[in-house]
This record gives sequence, C-alpha cells and structure tokens, in this order.
Amino acid sequence: MTVTTEAIRPGQIAWDRRRRALAAFWRQYRKDRSGMIGLAILVLMILVALAAPLLANSRGLDPALATYPANAGPALRYPLGTDSDGRSVLTELIWGSRISLLIGFAATFLSMVIGAIIGIVAGHFGTLRNWLGRQTDNVLMRITDWFLVIPFLPLAIVLARTLGPSLHVIIFVIGITSWPGTARIIRAQALAVETRPYLERSRALGAGHWHQMSKHVLPNVMPLLLANTILTVAGTILSETTLSFLGLGDPTRASWGEMLNAAFNSGVGTGNALWLIAPGVAIILVVMAFTLVGHTIEAVLNPKLRER
Amino acid sequence: MPLLELRELTVTYKTEGGPVPAVRGVNLNVDTGQTLGLAGESGCGKSTIAASVLRLLPTSAKVTGQILVNGEDVLTMSWGKLRAVRWAGASIIFQGAMHSLNPVQRISKQIAEPILLHSPDTTPTQASKRVDELLRQVGLPVSRADSYPHELSGGQKQRVMIAMALACRPNLIIADEPTTALDVMIQAQVLNLISALVRDHGIGLIMISHDLSVLADTCERLAVMYAGKIVEEGPAHQVFTDAKHPYAEALAWAFPVIGDPRTRLSPRGLPGDPPDPAQIPSGCSFHPRCAVAEDQCSIRDMELWPAGERRLAACVRVLEAAEGESVTLIVPNEKSPATGEAAVG
Amino acid sequence: MLDGALAAAQELRGEEAGAAKVGTGLARSLGVKVFSALVTLFFVIVFNFFLFRVLPADPARNLVRGSTLTASQMAVINKTFGVGLPLPRQFWNYLVQTFQGHLGISFEFHIPVASVIGAALWPTILLVGSSTVLSTIIGVWIGIRSGWDRGSAFDRTSTAICNTLYAMPDFWLGMVLLIVFASKWAIFPAGGMHSFGGGGSGFASVGDLLWHLTLPAIVLTLVYLAEYSLVMRSSLIDELGSDYLLTARAKGLRDTMVRRRHAVPNALLPSITLIMLNLGFVISGAITTETVFSWPGLGLASYSALNYPDYPVLEGAFLLFSAAVIAANLIADLLLTVFDPRVRQA
Repeated sequence: MTVTTEAIRPGQIAWDRRRRALAAFWRQYRKDRSGMIGLAILVLMILVALAAPLLANSRGLDPALATYPANAGPALRYPLGTDSDGRSVLTELIWGSRISLLIGFAATFLSMVIGAIIGIVAGHFGTLRNWLGRQTDNVLMRITDWFLVIPFLPLAIVLARTLGPSLHVIIFVIGITSWPGTARIIRAQALAVETRPYLERSRALGAGHWHQMSKHVLPNVMPLLLANTILTVAGTILSETTLSFLGLGDPTRASWGEMLNAAFNSGVGTGNALWLIAPGVAIILVVMAFTLVGHTIEAVLNPKLRER
Repeated sequence: MPLLELRELTVTYKTEGGPVPAVRGVNLNVDTGQTLGLAGESGCGKSTIAASVLRLLPTSAKVTGQILVNGEDVLTMSWGKLRAVRWAGASIIFQGAMHSLNPVQRISKQIAEPILLHSPDTTPTQASKRVDELLRQVGLPVSRADSYPHELSGGQKQRVMIAMALACRPNLIIADEPTTALDVMIQAQVLNLISALVRDHGIGLIMISHDLSVLADTCERLAVMYAGKIVEEGPAHQVFTDAKHPYAEALAWAFPVIGDPRTRLSPRGLPGDPPDPAQIPSGCSFHPRCAVAEDQCSIRDMELWPAGERRLAACVRVLEAAEGESVTLIVPNEKSPATGEAAVG
Repeated sequence: MLDGALAAAQELRGEEAGAAKVGTGLARSLGVKVFSALVTLFFVIVFNFFLFRVLPADPARNLVRGSTLTASQMAVINKTFGVGLPLPRQFWNYLVQTFQGHLGISFEFHIPVASVIGAALWPTILLVGSSTVLSTIIGVWIGIRSGWDRGSAFDRTSTAICNTLYAMPDFWLGMVLLIVFASKWAIFPAGGMHSFGGGGSGFASVGDLLWHLTLPAIVLTLVYLAEYSLVMRSSLIDELGSDYLLTARAKGLRDTMVRRRHAVPNALLPSITLIMLNLGFVISGAITTETVFSWPGLGLASYSALNYPDYPVLEGAFLLFSAAVIAANLIADLLLTVFDPRVRQA
C-alpha cells in the first residue's frame, strides 16, 4: 500500500502568506473612502487611455485633416470645443492621456529602479560592520544628497535642451531627477529591515549579498516602495506637464502638457477657454487620484498614519 | 471628608468596534496624608482612573459616576474651576518621563509654568526661587535648572516630574507607574524620595504600578484591579502576604521572594492573558484563568465583600468563608508547594 | 516629493542629533556645514562644465550655433573658452572665470551673461520673496488651525483645497487667472512688470509695480501655501499624540495655550526645515510663472534662453539656481541648529 502525500513546493508557503496579506491589505484599503475614490478615478483614466482608439478617431489629431472651425466653443461634434488648428479638444484630451500616463509610468519606473537599487545597496552595506560597507553607504548618500540639492527644473531644462526633444529624453530626464527621494526612503526602510534577526541568520547560513538583498531586504521594502512609487507618479506627471509647457517635450506627441503649451503659445485668452481648462482639470484629477491612492496605501501599511 | 472619593466610576471608550468598558464601577477613597497603591496588569484600567481624576481623558471616553476631590465633583465642574483644580488641587506624575516633558523647553520653565499659571502675581524672581527650592527637595543640583530634558538621565527626568508635581503644593498626587522605566537602583531612590516628600508635606498619594512589591513597600493601603474592577482592597502588607482573591494572590506570588523555598518550587504566573475589554467574561471576569474557580463563578456577579478588618475582596470564597460553608475551606498558607492548589479540608 | 523631502528633513534632524552627541562644538559643526555646502557648489560647477563644455560633440559649433558673431568675436570666444586646449586646462580656465564672474557671453544679447542675470535678479527676488513670505505665514497658520481641529469643517475644506492646489500645475493656474482677471475682466495687466512708459514716478511707479505683481504673486503664493499648510498640518498632528501635551493640559493650561506654547514650537521645527529646503525650488518654480506673466526675472530669462537656445545664459542661470538651493539648505541647517536644542551643542 502506498500513501501519497502531496509535497508542498518550497515557494508555496510564502505565496500563500503573500496572498493572505494582500487580501487583508485590500480589506483595510477598502475602508478608506478617499482611497477608493482615487482608485476609481485612476482606473477610469487608465481605461480611457487604453480605449483611446475606440473613443476617438486618431485622425482627429492630425492638423492637416482637421475640418472643424478653429477656436470654436463646445458643439455636438466637439463637446469641448476646438483648438487653434481646428482639432477637437476632446479627441486630443483622450489621446493625450496615453502620452501623459505613459511618460508618468515610464519615468517613475526608471526613478523607482534607480532609487530602490541605491537605497537597498546603501542600506544593506551601510549596516555591515566594515569600513568598505560604510564608505559605500556614505558615497551613495552623498551622491543622493547632491542630486536632491540640484533644483529639478533647471537641471531638467539643461539636460533636455542638451539632449534634444523626444519622448525618450523626457522620460530619461524626469527619471534621473526623481530618484533621490525614493532612495532616501528606501534606504531608511532597508536599514530598519537589516536589523531584523532573520537577516543575521541568513548571513550566518552563508547567504551572499545578492541573496540577502534580493530575497530578504527587497520583499520587505516592497510595500513602502509601492506607496512611494504611486506618489512619485503624481510628481512625474506634473513634471512632464511643466517640461512640455516650456517647450521641451515632443510636439508631435500631444500630451496634456503639450496641449497647454500650444494653448499658451496661441495666446491666452483668445479663443476656446476649454482648450486650456480641460487638460488642466484632467491633470489635477489624475495627480490627485495618484496622491490619494498613494497616501491610502501608506496609511494602510503604517497604522500611525491612519489618523490623518 | 476624604480627600478623593471615587463613586461608581465607569469609563467606556467609544471605538470602531463598539463601546469598550475600561473602568466598571470603581469605588475608592483616599484621605489626606494617606497612601494608596493601585495594582494590576496592563489594560486593567488603572491609568484610565488616573487620567479621569483630572478629566484628562479623550473625548471618545464616556465617564459616569462621581469623582469628588475635596467634596467637589470633578466631572460636573465648570472648565474654569477644573483648570484651577488641575495641578493646584491634585497633580499627576506621569509614567514615561522621557516623553512627558516638552523637549524644546528648559526644565526650569516647565516647572515654573504651573506656578505662574495658578498664582499669576508671582514675580519671575519668586518663581525662580521656588523652582530652585523644588529641585533641592528632589535632590537635583540647582545648576541643572536651565537644562533641556534630553540633557538629563531617566532618573533625573523623573525627579523633574516629581518636582513639577509638587510645584503648586497639591493635596493629592497621583503617581502613574513612576518607576517603570528606571533601573532598579534608581527605582529605589525615586520611591524613597516620593515616600519622604509625601510624609513631610502630608500629601495624599495614589501610586499606580503593576509591581505589587513596590506598592507594598511604599503604601499603607493597596487595591488590586482586574478587568476594570477592584477585586481586592486592604492594608498593603496584608494584601501582599495574605491575598484573599486568587488574582491578587497570583500577582503577589509573581514576584519572587528571595530565600523563601516556596517561591522556588511553586509555579508562578497565570495561564492565559488578561481579557479583551471588549469581551469580558461573564460573572467573575477572572474565572477563566482561576485555578480554584467554581461553577457559580461564571454566573454570579461579583461584589466587594468584607474579607477581614478593613479588607474587601470580590471572590465568592470570601463569602463562603464568612458564611462558614464547609464545601471548600480556603487555607491559603498551606498550599501544596508542587501544585499550588488549595488543600481541601 | 513632499514625503521624500519630509523624510529627508526628519533624517537630517536625526543625523544632526547623532552628530551633535559625538561632541562636536557649535563652531566646528557650523564650519563643517559651510564647507560641505561649498563642496556641493564645486560639484555643481564641475557638472556644469561637463554638461556644457565637454558633452556637446563639437563645443565650438555649439557655442556659435544660432549666433551671428563676427570673426574677431569668434576668435575672442574661442580663446576665452579655451576651445582646442587640453581638458584639464579648459577646466581650470573655466573655474577661474566662474569665480571671477565671467560666465560667458549671451548668444542672444551679445552682452556678458553676468549682466543678463544681474538685470533679471531683482524682479525674481521681488516676486519670489513676497510670495514666500505670504505663503509661509498664511500656510503655517492654516496648517496649525487644520491640524489642531482635525476633522472639523475648516480642516476638511482647507485640506481639500490644498490638495487640489498641490495637484495643479502652477502655470495653469496662472493662465486661468490671466483669462479671468486680465482678459475677461480687465482688472489686472496681462503681464510684464511695468506699464508702457514706466507707469509714472514715485508712488505711482510703485503702485504700478504692485499692480503688475499681484497676479503672479497670487499664483506662487497659492501653490506654495498648499504645500506649507499640508506639511504644518502633518507635523502638528504628529505632535498631537505626544505625552508632554497631556502634562501641559494636566497643569491646567487652556487649550489654546497648550497649542501655542507646547505643540506648535515642536511642530514648527520639521516644518521650518522643510520650508527652507523648499525655498530653493521656489526659485526655479518661478520659471513657469514668470513665463506665463512675462515677468522679466531669471525665470523668463531662462525660458527665452531655452528657446533660443542661448547656452551661456542657461549655464549661468543653472549655476545661480543651484547656488540658491545650496544656500537655502545651508540656512535651513543653521536655523535648525539655532532653534532645536536637541541638535545644538553649546
């Protein structure tokens, strides 16, 4: 007679625990009204961005094909009016969401990767009791501080101007100017994690630096990283808007910032006010949504913050 | 007239999960010059009582009953009268002096603050002299008067709290775990200081602690709390050495007596945890953890019954002993050392 | 952004306290801070050099692009900028020139960059200075009131408004105000710093200046007020749970006195740090507002330099902006040392 027992895969326990933690997290998150509103707006925006081809004909973006009267007020075929080229503002708004969100996510991803790596490495090596470790931490933090000191906009302007206007440049520029904040926060969290006993145990068992950082430190800074990332997206979207407004963006890809740039250049106050108002409102909504969601995640993770 | 009288004091906190009773019908008296110790585990309500005496509880706390300080009910006083009573009538030595002092103000200013507040015509010189006097009384060098809290050690900070508590010459001092965060040696110093000051100035003192031995040494009377109620009260030494309520007994036994063989051999500590205030057991709230619980303990509501001269205990065994029932006789001193169970006689 | 800076400010405090405990004297720690600021400035200069002189593939062409200079002017530029010399030599020349204030010649205006910047400095200081003062005072007051009466109608309203303002691009707010107040209802001018013809003399001139200053100052004030108030509110709420406030209440102090004497001074410390740290960015944030309102400050100069492109002016402006932020950080550090006894080591 053979008795077969189902072997538990090594990762199974960890995954079950993570799934339970996620469920508990969601339950707590749901209780926060502002967090849910933010999430709803976010989901809506992302859906609109993804469904752009269905919602508005992309041909409406081409100024050569624009047939509507320029600077017109709202009408049935262009509910938000038209711009100075005769394109429907609503069409531009819908398609612009793609660019704005794309840049926001991409730049944040870049910033998050850099910030997390630097933060974890600095935090991990900083707690080692040797000179090399402390110096690594020191040097990394000096670099971080230096980046923090440099004012964002002038640096972004200088970089973008030197490197030329394109989508990739914008993403790159915003990404490498936004990581210091993340790095500092992640480093602080990594330091806290490093003092936990299981790190010491894993070291005693012979775990190398890579293993410690990727299998122990990283999962434990993940939640904080997530909250920080979402909050950073809010900032990156605003940054992209500013850079586009100043003319550093890619004029062929109409993000919301580009719309504002065009509106500004064609003369504020002349023509369709909605051309100016609509992208601004969209930006406000998206940034607020990300901020609300980010703060709610923070509050769920850190009960001390919940009172706010 | 007693200095402090608590009559059926009940404090219930409003929480997300519903009302949580922290204090359930407590009656206590303290006379002028008398020292009362209030003992119990964390969460039993002792700190809540301390805060309630000066109406310092958060607005989410619903308080009923009466708190009479010198005959006047604190709970129905006007705000102006209350602010006058605060510190000048009764003061509190808070636990955790680490955080109970303003980190960015010099201690001389903090000690002088209540003086200037309650006696507005005090000149700065007079206040300064009084501060120096107080510092001397608590054994701190006067040169430290201009220090900031972070420049002082734990014991020194606690002395500052004591000096501050004495500043307006109150009739009543409530010391909430004054020595919990301190080293044992410093603990002894601070306790001696408190006892001496209380004796010299004829102040009434309520000392709150989870350490029964400390209270037995410092106070005349002792009251033990469990789950928001007083379960035993009496002369401190008696309650400590000869507790009538099983919880009080366990609490007393939790602190080893060096040299006493029974301590080494008998099991200490209680199984289980203190009850969640939101779900207090029926009848005697201690019955789930009680080694000598009977059937009636889970049904019958407990009251403080007389258990000797000036003694009260909320345990049915006291009643049975008094009524002379012979079903179970309690002879606490003849515990079997190995099991700690009462011998049945 | 906000939270990163707040964490950085708190970490700064923590590290400072740690450093102070090691026993460094006050003068010594000040000296260290100033030295550290100078080192940072040096690195900015190095970065500037790298970006403007080394990075472009053909520095000579880059320096000349879009400009109409005579051959002799070109020769002067080549000599000044050491085009063709070995790199270390170039860098040394660059260093010396920067310290002497020779920041190059503007492509667009053909005058020294230092002159361009010098002329643009005062309007920016005026705009940024007035906005910072106003936004700090109002923002801190709102933050204290909201934080203390957390959950009240005032709190909920002000927090909602501040969150909205914080999410708003500042130039957009500027444009909206322009449309409403300068276009639809012509109450305020549509831009610039003075009316044509100077706007009169004496008081009339000052009045004209203020009239032009109003809208841009309102925009900057609103945008920064949002952040300051949210920071102050957070800071105060953090203090609210503190034990020493219970002690203060137990002493018989009125609620307002507890707040004023105990809670606020403690809550102000991280806020001051954050506000000062933010000051540097206020200056560069003014770039967009000056652009919208055609306010002839350093921001507008940067914008036109950006579009021309006038690299020397950009270079000079970047240097100045960075120096301003470094200086602001230094002041924040010093203020904290002065006001927080835990950091101070007398």
